[in-house]
Amino acid sequence: MSPSSPPPIWKHVFNFTRVVFALLVVNKAGGLIYNREFSAGLNKLNSNDLLILAGTFHGVHAITRSLSPLPRPPYGSFAPTDVPVRPTGLEVLESTHFRLTCFQTATGVKFLLLTDPPQPNIDVMLRRIYELYADYVMKNPFYTVEMPIRCEKFDRGLDGYLRVIARA
Amino acid sequence: MSSSRPLSNPSFNSPQSASTPPTAPAVRPPAPSGSAGTPQPGHSGLRYPSNRKTIYDRNLNRSKNAELSRAAFAYLFVEMISYAQRRVTGIADLEKRLNEQGYPLGLKLLDLLLYRSAPSSTQPPTTRPTRILPLLQFITTTLWRHLFSRPADALERSAANAAEYMVSDNEPLVNSYISVPREMSQLNCAAFVAGIIEGVCDGAGLKTVSVSAHWVGEGDGGGAGAKEGMWPGKTIFLIKFAPEVIEREEIMGGKGG
Repeated sequence: MSPSSPPPIWKHVFNFTRVVFALLVVNKAGGLIYNREFSAGLNKLNSNDLLILAGTFHGVHAITRSLSPLPRPPYGSFAPTDVPVRPTGLEVLESTHFRLTCFQTATGVKFLLLTDPPQPNIDVMLRRIYELYADYVMKNPFYTVEMPIRCEKFDRGLDGYLRVIARA
Repeated sequence: MSSSRPLSNPSFNSPQSASTPPTAPAVRPPAPSGSAGTPQPGHSGLRYPSNRKTIYDRNLNRSKNAELSRAAFAYLFVEMISYAQRRVTGIADLEKRLNEQGYPLGLKLLDLLLYRSAPSSTQPPTTRPTRILPLLQFITTTLWRHLFSRPADALERSAANAAEYMVSDNEPLVNSYISVPREMSQLNCAAFVAGIIEGVCDGAGLKTVSVSAHWVGEGDGGGAGAKEGMWPGKTIFLIKFAPEVIEREEIMGGKGG
């Protein structure tokens, strides 16, 4: 409510108001195994609601995957494609004030990134997050697959990466 | 332990730096071809690469393209740790097992690295390290460079005990992907590297009582915050030499080096 000073002019010029709100990781059974907030802005959900969100999204994703039409071969090509094309499910869910982007790995782990709608390069960010996951979670001998992620270095890596993004 | 004086800074290259020079293969007769490297035609797989040269048939001096994928090592190390973890009862036991896995590597690396450093034309041939200091120099430069492509970050002598030396590494490569869970926070998987060091020391004839890996960040309150920020994974390898080694070192005194 308080009259805040207008943002500096360069923010408008370069459209630097990028925000990454939170990251959720959902395992292939639909359970929430990681949840971390990076900047305030979203209303807080309690952990139960977060679990429901993860489970519901998982279900909707599965349904949208079976909805997905089979891709047609490119126009003019007669050869059937050798590589089976995996149908993708729901990828982006957008509201006025946030966007939820989903990235599913080959093994069925889903990364859900909650960002500001104008945030660019989300696919690059998700790829980098996947890399961090591969490094600091999957190469950690004390992590059990499908279980909640408690890896200090993964947290630190995400902080290092997403804070830099937010500042850039 | 807190007050200790630095003996040397290994980041300054010693004359016998480990940069393996382009080796002269003529020094060594080529590996006998045939006998060992002829597998049965049906016998294929990892053991026999397509050129039929296993790692045992290779020239010992071959150090070009010998670098390994870090991810491959990380996955192998994960398996080593979980293998050990299934068979132990406590943290100390687990560290001991990792140490034992490293020990034979150290014994062999000592010989291999000394052998490799010999045929350099520009430098005098390296002799076996017979005193403590050259041995530690060898560990912090030659061995470290071979294993991790960089020298160790510091080498210190304990002020409290003359038989104890400390090699420190700010970010041990073996720990680079490992987050130790809170309930096992004492565990340092660099115990594997400690085992390698122990193997090198014992192989050189300087018996050790123990070599162990310790975290730096925890415990003492002073300056812990700064360490936490800069090098959260800083590890110290504490080398305790046997009393007879120290005794011999004192008898030999200043002569030689």
